[in-house]
Amino acid sequence: MSEFVIEMLNITKKFPGIIANDDVTLQLKKGEIHALLGENGAGKSTLMSVLFGLYKPEGGVIKKDGQVVQINDPNDANRLNIGMVHQHFKLVEVFTVLDNIILGAEETKHGFLQKKEARAKVMQLSEKYGLQVDPDALIEEIGVGMQQRVEILKMLFRENDILIFDEPTAVLTPQEISELMQIMRNFAQEGKSILFITHKLNEIMAVADRVTVLRKGKGIGTVNVADTTVDELAEMMVGRKINFTLDKAPATPGDPALTVQNLVVGDKHHAKKKVNNVSFTVHKGEIVGIAGIDGNGQSDLVYALTGLMKPESGAIYIGDHDITHMDVRGRNDLGLAHIPEDRHKYGLVLDYTLAENLILKNYYTPSFQHAGFLRFDEMYRYCDDLSKRFDIRSSQGSATIVRSMSGGNQQKAIVARELSLQPDVIIAMQPTRGLDVGAIEYIHKQILAARDDQKAVLLVSLELDEVMSVSDRILVMFEGEIVAEIDAKSATAQELGLYMSGANRQSRMEVEQQ
Amino acid sequence: MKHKYHKGLINGMASLISIVMGLVFGFALLLIFNPRYALPGFGNLMSAGFTSSEKLAKVFYQSAPLLMTGLSVAFAFKTGLFNIGATGQYTLGAFFSLVAVVQFRLPWWAGILLAMVGGAVMGFIPGVCKALFNVNEVITSIMFNWISLFVVNLSINNMPLLLANAWGAINKDRTAALTSPKFVAYNPNATIPKAGLDQLLGSNYMNIAVFIAILIALIIWLVMNRTTFGYELKACGYNRFASDYAGINAKRNIILSMTIAGALAGIGGGLYYLSGTAQYTIVKSLLAMGFNGIPVALLASSNPLGTIFSALFISFIQVGGDLLQPEYSREIIDIIISVIIYLSAFALLMRGWISKLLMRNQTENVNEELDDSSASDDAAESEESAK
Repeated sequence: MSEFVIEMLNITKKFPGIIANDDVTLQLKKGEIHALLGENGAGKSTLMSVLFGLYKPEGGVIKKDGQVVQINDPNDANRLNIGMVHQHFKLVEVFTVLDNIILGAEETKHGFLQKKEARAKVMQLSEKYGLQVDPDALIEEIGVGMQQRVEILKMLFRENDILIFDEPTAVLTPQEISELMQIMRNFAQEGKSILFITHKLNEIMAVADRVTVLRKGKGIGTVNVADTTVDELAEMMVGRKINFTLDKAPATPGDPALTVQNLVVGDKHHAKKKVNNVSFTVHKGEIVGIAGIDGNGQSDLVYALTGLMKPESGAIYIGDHDITHMDVRGRNDLGLAHIPEDRHKYGLVLDYTLAENLILKNYYTPSFQHAGFLRFDEMYRYCDDLSKRFDIRSSQGSATIVRSMSGGNQQKAIVARELSLQPDVIIAMQPTRGLDVGAIEYIHKQILAARDDQKAVLLVSLELDEVMSVSDRILVMFEGEIVAEIDAKSATAQELGLYMSGANRQSRMEVEQQ
Repeated sequence: MKHKYHKGLINGMASLISIVMGLVFGFALLLIFNPRYALPGFGNLMSAGFTSSEKLAKVFYQSAPLLMTGLSVAFAFKTGLFNIGATGQYTLGAFFSLVAVVQFRLPWWAGILLAMVGGAVMGFIPGVCKALFNVNEVITSIMFNWISLFVVNLSINNMPLLLANAWGAINKDRTAALTSPKFVAYNPNATIPKAGLDQLLGSNYMNIAVFIAILIALIIWLVMNRTTFGYELKACGYNRFASDYAGINAKRNIILSMTIAGALAGIGGGLYYLSGTAQYTIVKSLLAMGFNGIPVALLASSNPLGTIFSALFISFIQVGGDLLQPEYSREIIDIIISVIIYLSAFALLMRGWISKLLMRNQTENVNEELDDSSASDDAAESEESAK
């Protein structure tokens, strides 16, 4: 009997123009939590897809309990008791939780579904591991946290004992993350083996036993978490030292650049307002952060500010211009840049090339069109220039279809596009969501540079660390209202947490005075 | 750049493969139904368009309206809309052009322009419904297919009376000519010029319509791929949310896109019925020419340049199919054509296979390159160690 339940030895997987995995070796012990760490595009997901039978490697072998196995498709993986929670959940939106869990592993009798036993089994698993789900709720009606629990239950229902988690914390709130970690520990104690794909170092330190680091497709090494430090892991991952604390000069706020007065955004389905009577000002040369738990009106606030959603009442000004009823294009022309929350839905036309995406906001200006015809040479030149300046990496340069690029580079493309518009006001929502340390550091630096260039920045983020380290001033949003305003230098996570959860609030007077 | 080249290549190959598979299936059908004539029959099918200049003229003649309806569907596809209303737009376009040249004695080009207007109206309405009320354009355009068919039938029946009431009886016999090719007698400028092509190919069917259609296809390609307008339209088609985010007026673009698609199909109606050899007859079923635009677009992967070739091909096979008679009944021709058309819908699937195949080859090339480089590294090393 081998010491390892799963061994992936010398795996090599190539795609046209790129070697995603180059001679990578990963060995998973029974009952351990093994983290797989690497930047975006380092080959983590590819390696896991090889293990899950989605890709066939060109070289290397996979062993289960010391035996060489062939994994040609996810069914093979399932037979070997390998289960995976994908980064983007694979659930049928209009099915119930229970139906999703049993889908593909249904018990039948004479061709009829036997849901009763399945339900009992699911409920038992749910109780045993503290995975609260409502078996009769439809997937489209439940939050991402519960959707993830459904995915985990799917693996447990199939009695998988090798569990792959692909970036499971990207969509969760801090509280849900700590719950998930506890659940993972319970699994490990029971003898299940866990592969945990992530690029968040503190999560690895908190939960993993060992960690394998990938960089640019190559295996850099495997270390015991107990014997290493965050800095060491970061260096292994990025290949250079990472500075976690931002070098930040004190802000020198100037004139008001973005003023919001008594803004109200209604909800079609509820009487309760999504954004309720919000007022604040962002000055030139400062970064105002908005902290809050997901779903407290931050998205709606941003949509109203950027013109994607009509406010019910209130007023918005850029400088002296009233933009409350202005369309998106008008706001852009006044110097409002927007880094959207969802880069796939709003930020990019995924089937367009990189060059075409980089001019999405200014294709109609004389620089890129003449008499209605696009100036392709200018477009490609601009793209090459931005790619160089913002370090956007793509396999085929300006002609790369953006869909094929890594998330980090997609985000860099959006940041590059928005910052090169020479905006006066930058609204950034979750600008580093799902990105690795190197890319986060880079984007934070760009935002700070924009601030030092006397631009006004409104940063909305669900990551408390991000809000605290980047902002100069922090507003906390709870249930559509701004409940606190705090100087970032003196703010503590605990204090913010109390406001975020609604346990504490400053009086209106206090907020307005500051 | 290399990638772009591949995309076109893959699409072209996918279409070719579906055509070949469709033809193989057709041949099998011929074998089953009448083995004796299968081979000569199939030979006729594949070569008819080339055997005589007269047949070639027929191919061109039919491909002009087919290209326009295909272009209409392809244009809408590119902007994320499914224009299933090409037949209604085509019908109204035909009617407008006939009324223009017969009733009002306008020259042929004015007839074509009015055909464009007629089609545009029929595209505009589903476009407005989609953009402003979010009503699926498929549903509205199917409805409007029937509405325009019956409006046209009704108008043709009642027009003599209507116009007699309005302007006196003078126009009555002209109106009757609407549904007969004799309208030329009333207006010598009514038909599309033949520019000597009819003599060249020895066929009365031949006129410049196909060249007009090809010119329009080129213009549409230019608009889609080179202008800011095309850039906006495609952006809306690919991702409406991102278009809104970028400040592109998605609603306006949906309406424009459907209107232009309608105009293209309408021109098709004009090009066909102003040839002087086609006759509009009052029927109670939708005209197939509009629906045949869908396979033309599919076969061409919605590329405006591709539609030129796919329209010519489908027209070619239709003309060839006529020669299968009398050994085979007319229906078998329709079956073969529809199988090819059906398989063209698989062009998407083929594209997937082909790109996979190409990818594999490419990876092998990468492997070889790697092997080469490592080999030369090895060589260098061994040289060094030799020293």
